[in-house]
Amino acid sequence: MKSYFNSILTLLWKDILLELRTKENIAPIIVFAGLVLLIFNFAIDPTPVLVAIVAPGILWTAFTFSGVLGMSRTFVLEKDNGTFEGMMLCPVSREVIFFGKMLANLSFMLLIEILIFPFFGILFNISILIPNLILVTFLTTLGFSSIGTIFSAISVHTRAKEIMLPILFFPIVVPIILAAVQSTSLIIQNGTQESIYTWIQLIAIFDIIFIVLSAYLFQFALEE
Amino acid sequence: MENTIINKPAISIQGLFKSFGRNLVLRDINLDIYHGERITIFGPNGAGKSTLIKILAMLTKPDFGQINILGYNLESKPQNIRQLIGVVTHKTFLYEDLTGYENLAFYAKMFGLNNIRERIDAVTSKMGIQFRVDRKIGTLSHGMKKRFSIARSLLHDPLILLLDEPDGGLDQHALAMLDTLVVNSEGIPRTILLTTHNLDIGINFSNKIGIISNNSIIYLNTTKNMDLNTFKQIYIEHTGFEV
Repeated sequence: MKSYFNSILTLLWKDILLELRTKENIAPIIVFAGLVLLIFNFAIDPTPVLVAIVAPGILWTAFTFSGVLGMSRTFVLEKDNGTFEGMMLCPVSREVIFFGKMLANLSFMLLIEILIFPFFGILFNISILIPNLILVTFLTTLGFSSIGTIFSAISVHTRAKEIMLPILFFPIVVPIILAAVQSTSLIIQNGTQESIYTWIQLIAIFDIIFIVLSAYLFQFALEE
Repeated sequence: MENTIINKPAISIQGLFKSFGRNLVLRDINLDIYHGERITIFGPNGAGKSTLIKILAMLTKPDFGQINILGYNLESKPQNIRQLIGVVTHKTFLYEDLTGYENLAFYAKMFGLNNIRERIDAVTSKMGIQFRVDRKIGTLSHGMKKRFSIARSLLHDPLILLLDEPDGGLDQHALAMLDTLVVNSEGIPRTILLTTHNLDIGINFSNKIGIISNNSIIYLNTTKNMDLNTFKQIYIEHTGFEV
């Protein structure tokens, strides 16, 4: 069991080290997410009433599109560098590779969100230090990363991988994003705890289903 | 060394077929490689040599056939087999933006090894790259990368080595190092399957040599009393190609 977790952490360590060296993934994605927020901010007149209605959608649009950009690189870099097969040669179960990659995606996305949230707060004049909002963001990103990881593995074997990932990914991730938008909206508009937790529970259930299914199906996704 | 070869195949391939789409790549391959044997498979480009190595390394699945490696079935015990084999192919499997040491440490950890520093020191010394471990792989020459790739395959001290044209990009000094791979750290002879276009290396390195052509193994014999010119003739007769 110890070696199981060690291998997951080793994969995570390797991806973080590579990202720190190359900065190929995170920097452009942060710029992209920031630009999405900026464009929406200019496109609408951000009055307090309108912001409460549209800001959650804008926030999750920025996170979703920037997230899919990052996910698409998960296995493409391994494939392009010829290290994908090296990973496959390691005597670890395929779930270990899934969880290692998922944790790397989760870490990168959370980092992007930590950096983008203050920008969002300033642009739309919204307080972001709300525990429920942090919880919703974490849970949504968790589910998002699990689906993104498996679809990234599937799409890497296709010719038009950059196009295939969003086509496969968005229909599956829609429920969790809708739940995130609804709960974020309720949090910003000071909705009742009960209604907020209903959505949070829904996101948590989706997370469990997505993580279990993705971990199991990942072995098939790796086959060429 | 011949005495250590015991009468049980370390690698047993029975009725192996593989195709990619409509393109049949391997047809009814039957091959037993015994413990401590070193077999070199020659063949023209596209004959199926690399595919055979990839199947044994579990990087691609066979369509039909039974394969056992050190008693483990390829389909049912892949993790056990991965622990026992070392693989070198055209690709180095190394991360260009990590140093040699970081790359080797990554694979050592993924193989669940202890004494990582000592193991890295041992394999890098063996391959003559101990002074390059702190350089990023991307800054090294093709030959140096290949040496690191071979070092990577030796980290877990495997009993079986699958070497797909390991001589590509290696200089004479590095080629001589291939001879040091024939036994593991405990002095146990390794079972080695090598593919190459270099007849000289193949014949001198191996106990047996084979030719794969038109998707099948069409020649297999020991290297006893085999000289380069004789084998050149055999190769041309069987494949129709000059070496």
